[in-house]
Amino acid sequence: MNRHATTAGWLSVLSMGLGQFYNRQYIKGILFLTFHISGLLLIFLKLKTHLIGLFTLGDQGQHLVKVGRVYKSVDGDNSIFMMVFGVFSFFVVFVYLFVYYLNVRDAIASGRKRDQGVASISFSKTAYNAFTNSFPWLLLAIPILGVLIFTVMPIIFTALIAFTNYAGPNHIPPKNLVDWVGFETFIHLFTLNVWSNTFFGVLTWTLIWAFLATVTCYFGGILVALLINQQGIRLKGMWRTIYIIPYAIPQFVSLLVFRNMLNEKFGPINQYFRYFGLEGLPWLNDPFWAKVSVIVVNMWIGIPVSMVLVLGMLTTIPKDLYEAAEIDGASPWMRFRSITMPYILFATAPILITQFAGNINSFNVIFLLTGGRPVTADYNNAGATDLLVTWLYKLTLNLSQYNFAGALGIMIFLIIASISIFSFTRTRSFREEDMIQ
Amino acid sequence: MKAKTRLRLLLSYIVLIILAICVLYPALWTIMSSFKEGKSLFTDSIIPKKLTLDHYRDLFSLNSRTDIDIPYFKWYWNTLVVATWSMIIGTFIQLLTAYAFSRFRFNGRKSLLSTVLVLGMFPGFMSLIAIYLILIQMNMLDTHMALILVYSAGAALGLFVAKGFFDTIPRSLEEAARIDGADHLTIFFRIILPLSRPIITYISLMTFTGAWVDFIFAGLILRSRDKWTIAVGLYDLVNAYNSTEFTLFAAGAVLVAIPITILFSYTQRFLVAGLTAGSSKG
Repeated sequence: MNRHATTAGWLSVLSMGLGQFYNRQYIKGILFLTFHISGLLLIFLKLKTHLIGLFTLGDQGQHLVKVGRVYKSVDGDNSIFMMVFGVFSFFVVFVYLFVYYLNVRDAIASGRKRDQGVASISFSKTAYNAFTNSFPWLLLAIPILGVLIFTVMPIIFTALIAFTNYAGPNHIPPKNLVDWVGFETFIHLFTLNVWSNTFFGVLTWTLIWAFLATVTCYFGGILVALLINQQGIRLKGMWRTIYIIPYAIPQFVSLLVFRNMLNEKFGPINQYFRYFGLEGLPWLNDPFWAKVSVIVVNMWIGIPVSMVLVLGMLTTIPKDLYEAAEIDGASPWMRFRSITMPYILFATAPILITQFAGNINSFNVIFLLTGGRPVTADYNNAGATDLLVTWLYKLTLNLSQYNFAGALGIMIFLIIASISIFSFTRTRSFREEDMIQ
Repeated sequence: MKAKTRLRLLLSYIVLIILAICVLYPALWTIMSSFKEGKSLFTDSIIPKKLTLDHYRDLFSLNSRTDIDIPYFKWYWNTLVVATWSMIIGTFIQLLTAYAFSRFRFNGRKSLLSTVLVLGMFPGFMSLIAIYLILIQMNMLDTHMALILVYSAGAALGLFVAKGFFDTIPRSLEEAARIDGADHLTIFFRIILPLSRPIITYISLMTFTGAWVDFIFAGLILRSRDKWTIAVGLYDLVNAYNSTEFTLFAAGAVLVAIPITILFSYTQRFLVAGLTAGSSKG
């Protein structure tokens, strides 16, 4: 009964398009066959060297060759570009294999229709169907291409680099070759004192920072919102507008301003301290005070956001809850504790988790305010306020330790992914998306 | 009871006023410093004794000061060009992406959405070096075109707010149009787009201001000084002169901050949607 489907399927496995010919869909068959041939030609003539190159990463670096009497420096293999091309070529091969898969699937589907006695559809109809059914893919084609080239490829590439020895000063192309080293980078990061001290130190501070930054902004926001929302406070709109200003000022401007304000010698904050006869504090130059400063400044930036969130939430609490509580004789404090607070906490808990994850990746505050400083001697090229991301940035742009940067990126991803999975499995609305419509 | 309420309100007002001072002080201080004479951070009073427009004049008259190289006007113009183009392309891309995900239930939709979420978990700088290498290969390093491309390509990943908005447009509208014989494109351009003016404004503002405030990718891609955008330039101004040219920086910062702040305050009504978007919906 499945005669046509099986035959067409196997013919398509043999070569793209054959199954379609068998099903008498000639135009489609020719298209598939053309794709097949050009794909194979491309892979075997052009991409083969790149594909092999991804595994070898080159045999010879820059070297000297005797030309006549003098030695001349000759360019060798550039491992990193070989890697870029290699990854790109693998992409093309995957696309080719995917189309192959589609071709087999299409042949089987058409064959099955013939088995059931339905005439196979004409090409113009196929084209029309393809246009209407794959319209979302048509819309998504350009976005997907952009994301593939500028996000997915780079991430894969950087993740691969974590498994090589691509790092200054000894393994920087074009002068030297880069080799695959397996998990060596990770092992160094965890066990070699030079790296592990810094890694675990920075990791600890990153987690402390993410926790404190999230909690301070969150509860700060709730407090400010409740303060404004009190009965009897006038000009609620005005207060709200004033407190939203930090959100609207571009972050890099306000952070650079704060960096100047907290300047130990000339900054206005310390000037006021001196005015009152106090010593003034080394806001950004002492490890402890620098940590305090980044958290306080982060509150300035972050509280407005959670304030707006909570203010919105407060309006959605049903009024009759309060009325009922009042009739039962609950004091304002009891009403707040048993109605307002549980309501806010319940509604905002998922956001709290995403904000925690976001704070692990929070780059601007640290980079613009302290730049990771003050430098500590115990750390390998990181300062007391450096987070994993800012350290990653330094390792990449200033120190050319690309393999360690790649490994760090993977670690950060693992941390954030596990937090996010934890939160997604707990958010019911994730599964109930289509219920509203 | 009455006295107690009054005390509570009084205390609340005091706290509110103190908070308002904390919020406004940095902005006021910067604005005042930009009108102050001299160069230094040091202020003896919050309102300077003598006001001057010199720093603004310095920013706009090229080469008026020989000791310092600040092509501020050029930077401003560069940023405007980059921001406008990435706004146009980025908004278009983001709208298409969000619309496709919101309205169609196609094969692979769920896995694509999960991919977007997973991609968001990687630190953005992980791609820095690879993008740099790719741009070298494409011979596009140090061009504004490259920056526009990078910004627009990333726009697709911020689809969740717009998707949430499209989700709220009733499907019956489209179904009615489809019965009347409208095809996909007609529905998108004639029905969906006119209804989504607020979200279009929001996305355009976000992509527009995004180009003004990014100094990481801009700093990496634009190598020569007179191609920089404003964020890179101002960061360099603070870093290179280590607060000795503070008043000049203040004037530059004010000129950037005022338009962006005004534009950005419009987006706050979508702030809650933006916060909850990625977290609760797939």
